[in-house]
Amino acid sequence: MTLGFFLICFPIIMSLIIFCIRVNKIRNFIAYLSTIIIMAAVGVFTFFWVKNGSQIMQLSIGEITEAVDKLILIAELILMVVVTILCFKYKKYWISLLSIVPTLLIAYFELFLKNEADTDIRLYIDHLSILMCLIVGVIGCLIVIYAVGYMHGYHHHHIDIEDRRYYFFMILFMFLGCMFGFVLSENLLWIDFFWEMTSVCSFLLIGYTKTEEAINNSFRALWKNLLGGCALAVAIVYFGIKAQTVSFHSLIIMGQRISDHSDMWVLMPIALIAFAAFTKAAQFPFSTWLIGAMVAPTPSSALLHSATMVKAGIYILFRLSPAMAGTRVGLMVSFIGGFTFFAASVIAIAQSDGKKVLAFSTISNLGLMVACAGVGRAETIWAGVFLMIFHAISKSLLFQDVGATENSIHSRDVEDMHGLLYRLPRLAIIMFIGIAGMFLAPFGMLISKWSALKASVDESNILLVFFICFGSATTSFYWTKWMGKIISHEHTDEEKVRDITKKNELISLIVHAILMITLCAFFPLLSKLYVDSLLMEMFGTYEDVLPISILYILVAIIIFVFAIPFFAYIASKKMKTNIKLSYMNGINVGNNNEFVNSFGDPKQVWMSNYYFHKKIGQRKLMMPIQVFTTAWIVVLLSMIISSAI
Amino acid sequence: MKAIICSLCYVIFAPLIGGLLDGLDRKISARMQGRVGPPLLQPFYDLNKLHNKQLIAVSKSQTFLMISYLLMMILTGALFYAGYDILMCFFVMSTASTFLYFAAIVTGSPYSTIGASRELIQMMAYEPAVLLACVGFYLCMGTFDVAKIINSVVSPIVYLPGFFIAFVFILTIKLRKSPFDISTSHHAHQELIKGLTTEFGAKNLALFQLTEWYEVTFLCGVVGLFIINSNPISIIGAIAVVFVVWFLEILIDNCSARVKFDLMLKISWIVTLLSAGVNLLILMINR
Repeated sequence: MTLGFFLICFPIIMSLIIFCIRVNKIRNFIAYLSTIIIMAAVGVFTFFWVKNGSQIMQLSIGEITEAVDKLILIAELILMVVVTILCFKYKKYWISLLSIVPTLLIAYFELFLKNEADTDIRLYIDHLSILMCLIVGVIGCLIVIYAVGYMHGYHHHHIDIEDRRYYFFMILFMFLGCMFGFVLSENLLWIDFFWEMTSVCSFLLIGYTKTEEAINNSFRALWKNLLGGCALAVAIVYFGIKAQTVSFHSLIIMGQRISDHSDMWVLMPIALIAFAAFTKAAQFPFSTWLIGAMVAPTPSSALLHSATMVKAGIYILFRLSPAMAGTRVGLMVSFIGGFTFFAASVIAIAQSDGKKVLAFSTISNLGLMVACAGVGRAETIWAGVFLMIFHAISKSLLFQDVGATENSIHSRDVEDMHGLLYRLPRLAIIMFIGIAGMFLAPFGMLISKWSALKASVDESNILLVFFICFGSATTSFYWTKWMGKIISHEHTDEEKVRDITKKNELISLIVHAILMITLCAFFPLLSKLYVDSLLMEMFGTYEDVLPISILYILVAIIIFVFAIPFFAYIASKKMKTNIKLSYMNGINVGNNNEFVNSFGDPKQVWMSNYYFHKKIGQRKLMMPIQVFTTAWIVVLLSMIISSAI
Repeated sequence: MKAIICSLCYVIFAPLIGGLLDGLDRKISARMQGRVGPPLLQPFYDLNKLHNKQLIAVSKSQTFLMISYLLMMILTGALFYAGYDILMCFFVMSTASTFLYFAAIVTGSPYSTIGASRELIQMMAYEPAVLLACVGFYLCMGTFDVAKIINSVVSPIVYLPGFFIAFVFILTIKLRKSPFDISTSHHAHQELIKGLTTEFGAKNLALFQLTEWYEVTFLCGVVGLFIINSNPISIIGAIAVVFVVWFLEILIDNCSARVKFDLMLKISWIVTLLSAGVNLLILMINR
């Protein structure tokens, strides 16, 4: 199982090599090669793990443990220095404190307070971490493949931006390595290091273009994520001193076994880690960093905000969920998650910038996953895991597709995607699949919602029931109107667009689309074979989340939803249709795009969607939402901490 | 076996029931307005006439989208009458409605596009109440399965009066009755000229009409589900309540003026929150 260490080290080594290569063609080749190696390694890793009976595996690295720990500490200190230098360079002095304080705290703890007799287990492999590895490996690598083509076109169009692709790809690979490290680590000090690394990588990626807006947004992302890092560091040190261990799983086990008042202190580190997860998973009130991060080139948006980085927060909450169930921490987490699900989907209605819609819907869906983790029942985790899988694929697909569309039509506004199906058919169909995956039956998102709703009723979590019911109404609204835009009749007939999507971009997109549909068809199987044993591992009890009747309906719906439109399409093709002009009060010009205005001249018809941005826009709602959620977190955190002390 | 027979019955008889209810609607509406009104079977004559016309469309894909809409709606009702999961039924129904939206918006025609957008807002307005109704059934019966809900000892409405009110309220939206007929209207040449159905010509309009009938029968079934229990006599009670609700909808339709969509959204969400929400709260506390 040394492959686990290979997965962490290999991308990081490759990133350093890529940094040194300044010839585009060679670098692209190496990038392709490394992605293939990483995907293969993940595949082999999973294969061997399954072959060994899919057991929980705890790995140590033997004699060199001490040395590696020191190495990680040194790397963390270097990271602190880098962040501090950058903060001083851009005159954001106070942000450096958020890096210096926790790093020194961790360093002090590791050098002077750590229990030397602590276990030397460093990696922990189970169903959840394997799943995360698969998501990071497959989706992450596909995004890198896409990025090779995209960045070529990007620098072709944005001549004013300095071409630093060597730097860009370096961070992408570094990021992948850190994600693997994060999901495989068992030692909290390692987790903390990889956590900080992903924060800094995202900061560097957002600031890639070096425009003023990018720099401001990148620092916003940095300080919000570092704030979470501070909470994490405090949690680790507190737990380390109290329990004399820094093993993540002993924290979870202690959390599950709280029996009387003297054990209540365990809730404090759990609450602080949950707080850190909020920042990473961009929950309200921390979500603005994710919106700001959209200034970055599309591959980094896709990588950070859909598939991988934000999932780190979700991952850690899933891990903690057995310990959070039924406690005040669970209350805090499920409320913030549910509220974010609803509020972000309301704001998403008011957005017309495609990437912003994606950003808000990401926040909203992450909210649902966070809420699932907060409720902490087997059913909700089941729902959450499926939400995570489907969301990772379809969001990464949508980000890449919007990026490719932007390269072709030079706009990513949903309004400009009017009639995209007739202008860029390939991209439009893929986009359609991606959006359908986000909310329509029979895709996994919907069945997850079904399960989440059922579990929150079982838990008598009344607020969550409301949030899910109202939130799913608003979610359907913004997705459906986007889909409508894609298929509606074009505004003008002349406008011809050339599809300049590169082959490598298309490969990534098509693989995503195929993955999406395959998963949809096979997900009952996936549930039986994989997710059920994941829950078994986490909760120790087996519960059939998906009753057999639902399974039948699902199969029926899956067949119907794909077959009905298909056969209806074939049947309607044969029908003789009398095509007429659309109704315009009898003042048609002779085509469907114009009518006669009061001067007797032809005037263009221009149809647009509803956005209500004056009523529910970001500017109007963001402030109250932030105040409200901050208050909620502060109140509950202080309740938890005071009862812990 | 019983399930298959029930859903087959739905597939065959739902258009009859829907059509008769539609005819009754026109008759009663006419009497309320002091007219004689068309014969009871007029909707069937209309449908027949529309069906025999040639296929007229603005965009060719309209037909296939409309057929998909029809078939998905039939699937919804069939699942419901077969006694499967009610929440899934509504999920399929929302997918069906999406196809209707596509069929209207694909034309790019101004009237039908605005009508379609409003249809979306209507969907957003009624969805919470519908989902909450399912939650209500789950809370008092412990299952989403229709087959098990109808075997309850006491009629669900005893526990779920608030959910019932919210559901009947949004039924007005779902049935496109005034004051919430904002996406389409029975009467031609109102502000939106039949809204999203503007561009459904002849055969497609027939498909739309047929789907409406299937939908009405399905929704009546849901209303009946609030009443029905393990006692067979309750079926008569359920049918009676369905008729009362139907009459109420016609009455509301005839004595109210159309509202703007934002008002509709506000009112329906407030009603949902107040009646279904309070009911939910009480049920959860008493569990």
